[in-house]
Amino acid sequence: MKARERAAGAVANYLDERTGAAKWMKKTLTKVFPDHWSFMLGEIVLYSFIILLLSGTFLTFWFDPSMREVEYEGSYEPLEGVHMSAAYASTLHISFDVRGGLLMRQIHHWAALIFLAAMVAHLLRVFFTGAFRKPREMNWIIGVGLLTLGIVEGFLGYSLPDDLLSGTGIRIAEAIMQAIPVVGSYLSYFVFGGAFPGELFIPRIYTAHVLLIPGIFLALITAHLMLVWYQKHTQYPGPGRTEKNVVGYPLLPVYMAKAGGFFFIVFGFTAFLGAVAQINPIWVYGPYTPAQIGAGSQPDWYMGWLDGLVRMSPPIETHALGYTISWNILIPGLIIPGILFTLMALYPFIESWMTGDKREHHLLDRPRNNPNRTAIGAMALTFVLVTLINGGNDLLAVHFDLSINQIMWFSRIGVFVLPPIAFVVTKRICLALQRADREMVLHGKEMGRLVMLPHGEFIEVHEPLSPQKAYQLTSHEQLPALAAPETDERGVALPKGIRQRMKARWSRAASEQVAKPTVEELKEIEHH
Amino acid sequence: MSLQPIQDPGLPTHVHRKADTDPKAAKRAEQQVALLFLTSALGTILFIFSYVGIPQDQLIFLPILGTTNAHQLFLGLGLAISLFFIGMGAVHWAKTLMPDHEVVDVRKEQRSKDEDRAAFVATIKEQGATAGLGRRTLIKRTLGLSLGLAGLSPLLMLRDCSAELPGDELAQTNWRAGTRLLTDPGDRPIKPGDLEVGAVAQVLPLLPAGRKRTLNDIAKDALLLIRIRPEEFNLDTERLSWTYQGIIAFSKICSHMGCAVALYEQSTKHLLCPCHQSTFDVTRAAKVIFGPAARPLPQLPISVDSEGYLVASAPFNEAVGPSYWERDSE
Repeated sequence: MKARERAAGAVANYLDERTGAAKWMKKTLTKVFPDHWSFMLGEIVLYSFIILLLSGTFLTFWFDPSMREVEYEGSYEPLEGVHMSAAYASTLHISFDVRGGLLMRQIHHWAALIFLAAMVAHLLRVFFTGAFRKPREMNWIIGVGLLTLGIVEGFLGYSLPDDLLSGTGIRIAEAIMQAIPVVGSYLSYFVFGGAFPGELFIPRIYTAHVLLIPGIFLALITAHLMLVWYQKHTQYPGPGRTEKNVVGYPLLPVYMAKAGGFFFIVFGFTAFLGAVAQINPIWVYGPYTPAQIGAGSQPDWYMGWLDGLVRMSPPIETHALGYTISWNILIPGLIIPGILFTLMALYPFIESWMTGDKREHHLLDRPRNNPNRTAIGAMALTFVLVTLINGGNDLLAVHFDLSINQIMWFSRIGVFVLPPIAFVVTKRICLALQRADREMVLHGKEMGRLVMLPHGEFIEVHEPLSPQKAYQLTSHEQLPALAAPETDERGVALPKGIRQRMKARWSRAASEQVAKPTVEELKEIEHH
Repeated sequence: MSLQPIQDPGLPTHVHRKADTDPKAAKRAEQQVALLFLTSALGTILFIFSYVGIPQDQLIFLPILGTTNAHQLFLGLGLAISLFFIGMGAVHWAKTLMPDHEVVDVRKEQRSKDEDRAAFVATIKEQGATAGLGRRTLIKRTLGLSLGLAGLSPLLMLRDCSAELPGDELAQTNWRAGTRLLTDPGDRPIKPGDLEVGAVAQVLPLLPAGRKRTLNDIAKDALLLIRIRPEEFNLDTERLSWTYQGIIAFSKICSHMGCAVALYEQSTKHLLCPCHQSTFDVTRAAKVIFGPAARPLPQLPISVDSEGYLVASAPFNEAVGPSYWERDSE
């Protein structure tokens, strides 16, 4: 036995005698992970979270979360002698007087943008492939919680430097708090420690940004990953893959090397962005003062849809009995996002109610094979895109020489009209793709080769599919619509309640499919 | 389960990679991995060199990027190369040289076996019964009461998050009858003649002697002064009397969400808030003509004092800034 092996054996022995971990480790190290590029999206989220922890810790060494007024004396000359908060001054110090400080700030900001973008991409992957179905509904809800927290954390993060842009964002957040009926002004006073802006909110959101929310993140991410581990990863359908097995690579060494390597790739890419792509140049904006603002003020992209909703809201306020209710803030700022995120969190349960499907699923759906779900996703996505476009209406107007009023009206109408259109179009596209799959299975692949028969007829030669491909295109299941129960178990006619009718209607919509080829059809084709 | 018209052909047969069968290819792959790791090492050297060797204020011109800080740029590029190529090396290693046999693992239903579930329920019932939770309702109720009350304490502890309560503070500003208008920046009093027709100025109130202006003051006091030709006003007599020789004063704090209404278009006499594009018509007392704002910007009555300086002739008659529940907006 080589010395190295002996040493490894000694360490393993030491650990196992104290933890009894050998059995568990043996199983763990050979745990199987299915491989697919779309499974990397969640990994990007995890890795950018680690990058955020590392770069964020670096920034805390110099950042001074205080609103104490100071006179700037650093090396950025244009702001020499300007009065500003210590938070802003220390951010300038990091950017100009700490070696690699600006790089770390930019890496931190880029990592935050990638964190949220990857989270959304991961969410879309999980949604469109049906990975949220039983038994993974809990993990879906944890994911929705992580996304919500991520948006809040990002907002608090870019508010910390106390520059003109971020202060404006805080002012808007304050207006949303104030708009809450009855308790609004009290809530705002408790958050800001009095009237806006006060001198307390930077230290307060700092604690939330570096301790409270990352702590909750850590707990939720741990739970999220433990569930993935315990329930085993889903896999795409294909030959040899069933609901009863997992096909993939063992954790050690292949998956570990790939996943570990991918962490470095994500980190390297983020560092590259931090090096070459300027982001959030706070010295250009200047320190915050409530009386000033820059033209073209924009939040980070993940807040853009909210801002777009607020921008497109019609000017409605209720004034009665000496009280004011700002519907123009409440509806776009709180009510619609609240409804959207609630529906998103509940979607697994809504779908299982619609289809009556209460079974476990470990094989993913191809999006086309569940036209209704894919169409619902496209509808939600369209809604968010329209609001996001409106969130940048001023920039669009400037860059494309359009009228801001026209973009606003396009969004106001589009936000109602375009999502239903997206639903119908997506559903039709899915059904058309199913039809194409069916044709392909029955008649084979078009080869583009034309042959003239002796009697002059032209035919195109079709090549039959491989058994693997044919299986892949036909292995999905097609659930029939739920029949609305007309009598109860004793045979008494049920009054068709609105809920029953609705369920039957939704179930019918959810089960609309192009029938896949049957055994008989395939046999018949073989005879030709 | 719906019918599967085509039988599962099973996992496709494993195809060997070149490096699995050809020792030369394997050697090549090994060298490629080593090269990638070496590139990473060079990146770290660039990183170290940039940290100690490039002055922090060294600028460099590069195409596309323009003039940029060389210290930060090369530090970042060094870091990027050093990390990225470790990753590339590991992935290339895994893809070419590590075993690429797919493994099949069985998956069990999440649900426990029926006897385990029954045993679990039995345990709960049994253990619950020993605690007597079901029987001793007095304990159950008092426990509920105490837990519920204890939950209130953290809420109470948050009371001192703000020493003061809103009261009517949100409706107050530092503008009183006779308060002078000061330029911002500059803090100089203004005479009507200082403002030409078409001009805009941001002003703040003169505070009582010894009182330092804070951001809280500015957040409510900021005022926009706009001068147009008096005949261009489209105001009722009361509002017209609040202007002075074509000079009209509005709160600069948007009535929608409190941003600074900073954009004035001279030709149309419109004020635009850059946050959400609410647009106000200066000639009609800042009436909202577009966007989400529901109320005009509050107008401050102005006149001149005995020395000819512009002053407020009365406080605002309504709260400035965004709406809130207790705001009397009728």
